[in-house]
Parts: sequence; structure tokens; C-alpha cells
Amino acid sequence: MKTTLLLSGDEALARGAYEAGLKAAAAYPGTPSTEILEYLAKFPEVDAKWSVNEKTAYEVALGASVAGVRSMYSSKHVGLNVAMDPLMTSAYTGINGGFVVVVADDPQMASSQNEQDNRLIAKFAKLPMLEPASPKEAYEMARIAFEVSEKFDTPVIIRITTRVAHTKENVEIGERNEIADKPFTPNAPKYVMVPGYAYKKHIALEAKLLEMAKYSDETPLNSAEINDKSLGIIADGVSYLYAKEAFPDASFLKIGFTYPFCDEKIKNFAKEVKDLYVIEESEPFIEEHVRQLGIPVKAKDVSYRIGELNSTLVKEIIENKKKIEKPFTARKPVLCPGCSHRAVFYALKNLKLTVSGDIGCYTLGALKPLETLHTTVCMGASVTMFESMSKILGRGKVVGIIGDSTFVHSGVEGLIDAAYNGAKGLVIILDNSNTAMTGSQPNPATGVNAKGKKTKRLILEDICKAAGADIVETINAFADNLQDKIKELTDKDALSVLIVKYPCRLIYKIKDPVPKFNSSKCVTCGACLQIDCPAIYKNKEGKITLDEHLCTGCNLCVKTCKFGALAKKDN
Amino acid sequence: MKNEKGNEITGNKVTDILFCGTGGQGVLTASEIVSLAAMYDGFHTKKSEVHGMAQRGGSVESHVRYGKHVSSPLIEEGQADFFVPFYKDEHDRLIAYLSKDGKDLLSDLENAHLACENKKFVNTYMLGRLSKHLNISQESWLKALEIGFKGRFVEENRKVFLEAANKA
Repeated sequence: MKTTLLLSGDEALARGAYEAGLKAAAAYPGTPSTEILEYLAKFPEVDAKWSVNEKTAYEVALGASVAGVRSMYSSKHVGLNVAMDPLMTSAYTGINGGFVVVVADDPQMASSQNEQDNRLIAKFAKLPMLEPASPKEAYEMARIAFEVSEKFDTPVIIRITTRVAHTKENVEIGERNEIADKPFTPNAPKYVMVPGYAYKKHIALEAKLLEMAKYSDETPLNSAEINDKSLGIIADGVSYLYAKEAFPDASFLKIGFTYPFCDEKIKNFAKEVKDLYVIEESEPFIEEHVRQLGIPVKAKDVSYRIGELNSTLVKEIIENKKKIEKPFTARKPVLCPGCSHRAVFYALKNLKLTVSGDIGCYTLGALKPLETLHTTVCMGASVTMFESMSKILGRGKVVGIIGDSTFVHSGVEGLIDAAYNGAKGLVIILDNSNTAMTGSQPNPATGVNAKGKKTKRLILEDICKAAGADIVETINAFADNLQDKIKELTDKDALSVLIVKYPCRLIYKIKDPVPKFNSSKCVTCGACLQIDCPAIYKNKEGKITLDEHLCTGCNLCVKTCKFGALAKKDN
Repeated sequence: MKNEKGNEITGNKVTDILFCGTGGQGVLTASEIVSLAAMYDGFHTKKSEVHGMAQRGGSVESHVRYGKHVSSPLIEEGQADFFVPFYKDEHDRLIAYLSKDGKDLLSDLENAHLACENKKFVNTYMLGRLSKHLNISQESWLKALEIGFKGRFVEENRKVFLEAANKA
């Protein structure tokens, strides 16, 4: 009896890797890649780990490969930037056990800070890249990727996008194949990248790329479907499915092994069809290569490089249109009722501080009406940007703000930098003991690992002191003196860290007595709405309303009300 | 052609169902259950949505497509056969997805809120109403409800679903 499951692209890819004998996996959570490691963590045969960041994850996974087992790394697109250092040189060393690097791009930025197209990384790093169009293909390509990795002695990148990662489809699954561990044999010219050895490895890598280009022309992952020859479309990943939906009768060159390019197949396909188009999301990666081959090709206007595609947009591209941006009408996300971050933003807003921010739920503090977070670039940048901003804008004016998981990811180095370079002022760690935005993964500061087992817990206070902070204090997010404490430490001639503790509401469903709302005292001044809590809003008649079901009883709104309409209920 | 369960799968027609609402309303659970039910009946099924920030009370939309074979994971504007809203504002924002001959279940949403004292069951009620229009077997629906809700409130969900499905 065969089993068919409804699997997301992430889950299907993980399942395929598991069946291919995967023994080690390391990742850092990030939408839309998170579910890959979560799925793998369920299998006792797989040593699945949440790493501290993507660089450590890549090295942990590469180490397992070098030691002789099939291994996998996964992260979101910007996560791979953090892992670029080991990635680039692992193309030179090659692998021992099969090694697959999964990267999930996020065109349209459903939950990201940029739209970078990581297909360009394949060319830059000289690594082969596979691109499944659907969960079914992700399942199959996981196995193929390990075979390619071992055949060519190279890491293999599988690139998915949000619409592959978070689409679910029926996938027929199979049994796990155990793969024998390979022996590790010391081999400095292969594994020690000093100039003399690396030079020779570069020569070998160029030869390998030519071999892989031949493979690209042979593999059925790149295949032509000849139908109506008046329209020929070259498309990769999910773009193929959009194009197929829009033009079911057209001829296709479906690209699944994206890099190195399948030049012969492209040339032959171009000869077969009249109008040749490339349909691809984001950068003109395939388009530029087809042009380099001297083949005239039609492709999308620059305007379609922004955002994701769909079948409607593919039709527009073929009609040679320019994209018309629609106004952004979606409801904005908001901090949960009772979220401890809101209490900190309320205090920071009252103090009129400039806030160097970071990546996590608390990035939402930048949106109206809170508008209390002023920079967000990448993981960890809050601390380092605070270091220089506070020096230039003046002490007492700027604070850095970072979540517990993000601090462990790459805030620690920033704090050492700040201490070493004599920075003064305050860094706030929002410690809710959770990686909430990506769906509640544990991290070193929670003392739980990817398998849900207790492990050594990183003590934030200790590491901040060791990094060189002069003052390290801990406070409850809803403490009455929070604002005064922030002011005191911000103004001090010292480098301080204030750890603001309160458990994430997504995990700890705490419900305290909700405040008493006395509508006769309410003058509808709207001050309580400025904290942007979903539990308090203006109803259709324009009256302030407290949703007692949503309210968790954090009582922050009580602080905002000068008219006594909102009052704390005694326990 | 007929699928494994003996249900008629006519031509290449794909059934398109758009779900919408806000984070925490059970939109994704509802679309998961339809997708499972369609899969159990032997249909090729795709469902697409975005995760992450949306969980924080933002807009949530989920596209479900099933049939003999489905290509794109996304429904085109003006193509949805069924529109299942969980929130009026989101309904109004995405109404352009509904095809001219499509079925809008907004009126069922009001009934769902009246019928369900516990708002947890609103999505189950909406699925019951939706089921009246789909060529999916009751056996598959009930199995999908159990799996989709991870075995929680099995009896209650079944009761609400059947009540909504059997109502005129």
C-alpha cells in the first residue's frame, strides 16, 4: 500500500532527503524555509539541529558531509548571505558524503527584507543548482541532488521559492534507503584551502563545471515539450507552472537543473519554435544567458523583476506589457494582544528615543501608530548600528533593540564590538524566550534543542557581561519602572544591556484579569489606540471598545488613559 | 475518467476555492481540510498560502485548486469558483478573484456566527456549507476534519459540519 500525503514543498523536500538516507541537517529558522528542519527533527535517524546562525549551520552540515554522511543545510534567501563564506570555499573543497544546500527565496517578500534572487549565487559560487516547481518535484529532486553531489564531488544547491515552499500537494512517499557512511581519509590538498592547494582546486572546479554542463544537457530535469511551435517558453521553478497555466498549448523547455545551463537543449529548443520567451521570476538570469548564446529571445519588462509572478502576469509579459503596481491593501500584521514588546515600544516612544532595530516580531514597532523603530537592515545590525549611531547622534539619544534569538544569531559579536570600541548607551534585549515570527523555534537561550530535548542553556546575562557590557540588568516587561530604567541606563556614561523578560504569548497563554472599561468616563481621545493592541479598538459607532476575549490583561492600555475610563481590576 | 473512489472527474476542469480572513481565524486549517478531502477522493490538489508575518493578525489568503491535474498553485483573478471569507473587509478586498458564475459564501459567514456560540467552530460551519457545492464524498470530508483538526474536538466538529451541510 502506497502512502500519499498532502505535503508542503518544505516538507516534501525534507521527506525526499530523509528517504535518500540523510543523517545530518542543520538550519536557522527563516520564512519560508523553517518547516524543512522542523520536519526532519521528527526522525530519529537524522541528527537535525537548529544552529546559532546560518554560517554555523552551514559549517555544521558541511562537517557532517566531510565526516562521511549525507547532510543538508537549509535557510531562507538572506540567510545564505550569512553562510556565504563557507559556501564559496566549499565549492573548492567539494564533499565526502552527499551535501545539499537548500535555499528558499521570497519574491514578493511575504516575510523578508529583500527580494534577492539566489540563482545568481550558483553562478557566483560555481555550484550546481536544482529548482523544483512543486512539492512533488521537491520530493524527487532531494534524492537526485544527493546523487549529483556525490557524482561530481560538490555541494548542490536546491533553490525553492515561497510558492514552492508553502504550496501543498499530494505527494506519494516511499521508504528510507540507508546509505553506508563513507570513510574520512585525511587529504589536505582537498580539505585544507591554503593558496597552493586552493589554486589547484580552482583548476579542478572549472573542469567540473564543464562536466556538470554536459550533465545539465543530459538530465531529464531539463526537458523540452514540443506542442504548438508558434510559442516557445523557457521557464524554471514555479514560473514554469504559471506559464503552463497561461499557455497550456505552447512548447516548453522546462528547466529543473538551472545551473550550469543546458546550452545544447536551449539551442535546439530555440530552433524548433517561432517566438521564444524566457519566463522567470526576479532577475533575468536565464534570459541573459540565452542572449549570450546569440539567440534572440523575448523576455519580461524590468517592471516584472519586482515581486512574484502568476499566470495573469505571464500573459501580460507575453503581451509585451509593463507591470502596473496595485496599491497595497492587505491588512498589516500587528503585535499580539499582551505582547511584551508593546510595553517596551510604549516606553521608548514616551522617551522620544531613536531606536536601532532588528529582525523579529518587534520589527512591527516601525509601523503606525507605534512608529518607534527607526532602522532594520539585517540580523544583528541593531547592536552594531547603535554603536556608531549613538556616537554620532549623541549618547542618551539612541538605543539598540534586539530579540533573544536574534541576539544569539549575531548580536553577540556586535556587543563585543561596541564594548571593545568604547560605545556608551543602552542595548535592550527583548527576551521572550522564543523565535516567534518564524513559528516558535527554540534557540540556545531557551535551553531546548530542535528535537525538543533539554540542553545547555545560554545565560544572556553572563554572555553580555563577558562581552564587556558595564551594566547588565534584567527587568519584567510590564514593570512600572520600565520607562525610568530605560532612561537611566540610556543616559549613563556606560555600556548597558537591559534584558526585558516576559514569555511570548504564543507559547505561554497567560490570561490575567482584564481591565475595567468605564465607557461613561471615555472621551474617545484615542490615546489607548496609540499602543496598537488588537484587543482595543474603535467600533462602528466610533466608540472605544475593549475585546475582553482577545485581551490578556497586560494593563498597558490603563497607563495610556488619563480619564480613568480604563482601570486595572484587582486580582 | 473516474478516480479511485469512483467519482467522476470531468475533463480538465479545475475547481478553484479562495479562502480569506485574518491571522488566527482558522483560514489555513479550513483550506487544509478541503485540500485533504479532495486528495482523499483522488483529486490532484494544490493549496498555496504565505506564512510568517501573516500570523500576527495580518491578511491571510489561501488558494485551493483541485481536479484531474493542476498546474499553477495560484488562482487567477476572476477565476475562483468559490469564495469562502472569514472576515468582511478581506472579502471586499479580494472579491475580484470570484468568477462571474462563482459562488460567494459571505451570507453563510453571518449564519455561521449566529450558529456557532464558540467561534472556534465557525470555520467548520463554513466547510459544511461549502461541501454542499463540491463533488467530494462525505467519507473524505469527515476523515479530513479529523486529520485537519489533529484529532481535537472530533465529535463537535463533525456535528457542526453535518448541521451546516444538511441545512437547506
